[in-house]
Amino acid sequence: MSVEREIQDFNDLFQKEEYKELLERKKTFEAPCTQAEVEEAAAYSRTDAYKDKNFARSSLVVNPAKACQPLGAVMAALGFEKTLPFLHGSQGCTAYFRSHLSRHFKEPVPAVSSSMTEDGAVFGGMRNLIEGLENSMALYKPEMIAVSTTCMAEVIGDDLNAFIETARQEGVIAKDVPVPYANTPSFVGSHITGYDAMLKSILSYLYDRSEGDPNVPKADSPPLNVLLGFEPYTGNFAELRRVLGFFGSGYTILGDHSGNFDSPAAGEYGYYYGGTKLSDVPRAAKAQGTLSLQKYAVKKSLEYIESGWGQRVVSMPTPIGIAATDRLIREISRLTGLEVPKELANERGRIVDAMTDSHNYLHGKRVAMAGDPDLLLGLIGFCLEVGMEPVHIVCTNGDKEFQQEAEQLLASSPYGEEGTVHIGRDLWHMRSLLISDPVDLAIGSSHLKYAAKDADIPLVRLGFPVFDRHHMHRYPIIGYQGTLNVLCLIVNTVLQQLDDRAPEYGFDLVR
Amino acid sequence: MSTDLGGKQSLIDDILEAYPDKARKDRSRHYEINDENLINCGKCAIKSNMKSRPGVMTVRGCAYAGSKGVVWGPIKDMVHISHGPVGCGQYSWGTRRNYAGGALGIDNFTAMQITSDFQEKDIVFGGDKKLEEICREIKEMFPLAKGISIQSECPVGLIGDDIEAVAKKMSAEIGIPIIPVRCEGFRGVSQSLGHHIANDAIRDFLMGRRELEESGPYDVSIIGDYNIGGDAWASRILLEEMGLRVVAQWSGDGSLNELAIAHKSKLNLIHCFRSMNYMCTTMEREYGVPWMEYNFFGPTKTIESLRAIADRFDDQIRDNCEKMIAKYQVQMDAIIRKYRPRLEGKKVMLLIGGLRPRHTIGAYEDLGMEIVAAGYEFGHKDDYVRTFPELKEGTIIYDDPSAYELEELAQKLGVDLMGAGVKEKYVYHKMGIPFRQMHSWDYSGPYHGFDGFKVFAKDMDMTVNSPVWKLLGHPQEEAVGV
Repeated sequence: MSVEREIQDFNDLFQKEEYKELLERKKTFEAPCTQAEVEEAAAYSRTDAYKDKNFARSSLVVNPAKACQPLGAVMAALGFEKTLPFLHGSQGCTAYFRSHLSRHFKEPVPAVSSSMTEDGAVFGGMRNLIEGLENSMALYKPEMIAVSTTCMAEVIGDDLNAFIETARQEGVIAKDVPVPYANTPSFVGSHITGYDAMLKSILSYLYDRSEGDPNVPKADSPPLNVLLGFEPYTGNFAELRRVLGFFGSGYTILGDHSGNFDSPAAGEYGYYYGGTKLSDVPRAAKAQGTLSLQKYAVKKSLEYIESGWGQRVVSMPTPIGIAATDRLIREISRLTGLEVPKELANERGRIVDAMTDSHNYLHGKRVAMAGDPDLLLGLIGFCLEVGMEPVHIVCTNGDKEFQQEAEQLLASSPYGEEGTVHIGRDLWHMRSLLISDPVDLAIGSSHLKYAAKDADIPLVRLGFPVFDRHHMHRYPIIGYQGTLNVLCLIVNTVLQQLDDRAPEYGFDLVR
Repeated sequence: MSTDLGGKQSLIDDILEAYPDKARKDRSRHYEINDENLINCGKCAIKSNMKSRPGVMTVRGCAYAGSKGVVWGPIKDMVHISHGPVGCGQYSWGTRRNYAGGALGIDNFTAMQITSDFQEKDIVFGGDKKLEEICREIKEMFPLAKGISIQSECPVGLIGDDIEAVAKKMSAEIGIPIIPVRCEGFRGVSQSLGHHIANDAIRDFLMGRRELEESGPYDVSIIGDYNIGGDAWASRILLEEMGLRVVAQWSGDGSLNELAIAHKSKLNLIHCFRSMNYMCTTMEREYGVPWMEYNFFGPTKTIESLRAIADRFDDQIRDNCEKMIAKYQVQMDAIIRKYRPRLEGKKVMLLIGGLRPRHTIGAYEDLGMEIVAAGYEFGHKDDYVRTFPELKEGTIIYDDPSAYELEELAQKLGVDLMGAGVKEKYVYHKMGIPFRQMHSWDYSGPYHGFDGFKVFAKDMDMTVNSPVWKLLGHPQEEAVGV
């Protein structure tokens, strides 16, 4: 073992004197700024004057908390059984979506590209799309191919509908293989917009093609549809299933990527795991109602279900906290006509009990948060319930409607008085906020770690993407049980901070 | 290893059987099985640097990834604008682990996502005005930035923006170099053209623009080391220890100044040939700077390279070099004594970018491991020519294989270790095949130099011999009786 102990990786190796001296020598050739200049600039970056300039930015974006549309389209496609996401445009985008999602979920992400190059820019990408469909069918044998677009195809204006039709005429794609498509330009909206566009396209496509098909049963549809939206937590699917299991209601999850993003290591790889069955979609159109656990990430899909399928649609932001979960349970009961199961009342009591146990460490804690609109609304709700005070809320991809809803939520509680909602802002704005008006805790994705570190504020990782902690997404953050997980994460971060910063006498054994 | 060349060929043919005709014909030209001829004569027929077939799940990325992600991104004292929509910069933010000194956001701008976040109106009306304003705002927000690079994303080249004019105008206005880079993702067939475009931009805007205060006889530059997990530092320390003076690092932990003074070095040392050979040949042509390739993976190759480098200098350097080798040899022997018995005969398969499939061979062999199949995402002919002689007869060499091909091969060859990227990693975890990410060192490193080899050996052992792999594939009913 002694040899092993002597091995130093990057964490320790470059702290050694010989390496410190090496880096000092290297500076001779860097024409670096002087130490005084660096210190001055660092100090300036922490002033109110800097913050004002930072907030006056009109064009520059620094460390945004959003990704682009087709990333969401890939997630939406992987919510359906044996479906291959197909990105029409440059191939580098697909490599990025696959690696980005893999870094979060620690799972494989199958997706293909039509690999367009410069000649595609001139002549259009039809041949690429057709050959791509043919090759991907042969190699990956999907039952459905869900096509979305990258910037390139959008800018040159490729006509997906015509191209796919041509592919069918050429016999590359069999008649019975569904190929829904969505336009997902990266210069509009964010990853949640793309999720929505692809989901809506898949739902409407599978429904439309079943119209008049006598094989689609009319009578035995499960009464309830549920949507989870752009859901970074596979654990949330399991939690929702558990809750619905107590009700004993039949249901259809529309867009269930939990299988693909949490598949077993069993000695072989099969590309496709779980997902909403394609044949379940037309049946879902006959359900009594649809319940969505995100609002802002599935706006167009819900509009479609409401108008196209004529269904009652209830949507809510990510249900974190007791009140939000109460509402979730109530809505399930209303939509299905089933009574609230006793188990859930009991469970609610146990989680409330946990919250009472921890409230003294949370009360009055000032919080900053960044993330997608639905998650933020859920987190604000949770904070207000335990007496935490949301102060800085940054939503890069939030719209006016989100802002209004968030502000109303804050106004509903005395603990929300200090909260300000910043839409369209980025994490460099957040850095200024954290430094000029410090808080006790920051909540957000791994990308928030830089600003949190600069402000010396502990970060609770919740949201997307979480690259630098493992398996958090396998645990739910919704429902009573998920609320307990959120509570646990937050209170233990506070307690760890108490230990870390405790004076010798205050290093308490019991907290 | 089996040198049954016919058997290997039919294995490849079987795998390619799944393709439609056109793609199969194309893919079959991207394979070659190493034989005596290829090892000795340096000629090969394998096709490379060609378009990937659509729809096959290529591992490749794009020109932007090659320019922003690889070449320019590590230059720490410049701000690199991901110019276009938000995604490209978001996905390449802080994921490559090109370590750099300095305070992030103050005098180091590497692990940041700086973007023009194009909206529909920018596509319709053009993004040049916005880009001008962005340059001004960068000057305000990051006053210590020494320069700006504009990394073009796909739409920029399609809507006809004139980023060159903006760069010129704004450089004069704000007083720092602004370098336009036309690395739109649709250019070329992989990251590789992005490297070349990035190199050309260095040549046109920075190379040779500044002078070294005082030149010395032992001045060298490290070219094509991106300091992943500190690789360049673990290399630099050896060059310095033998008495050389490293005046520039391109581009890991690099600075604008180092890009501008490297032409003054007496010898350019290139590690990643694929991504920066263009700069070596340019500096040779324009400034008469000779260059040589070296390989700092594994003690055998590192020692060979150190001696070859020392041979370009005088007796003093050669003496230093030998002393240094003797010193480290003891450490390396201890590492090999410890790890080689644990790794002897293990079969390795590699798919990495443009250098490592050949440069890491020696390091694996130092540990007694055997490369049974290897290939490049975006290598060119000159990479393959250099690869065949490094590998044994019977090794399968492939170019730009699809996910499907790799998976089939890995299973059929029964490999003990797969080395590729994060997109591949979790597939092999499902299969129970030990896997190392060989782009980011799987969040470990450094792997270069003697200090790096220690980490490399430990990591390979950890991965190949981890008990977790034994948990796969044992039905629960069998386990009950245990």
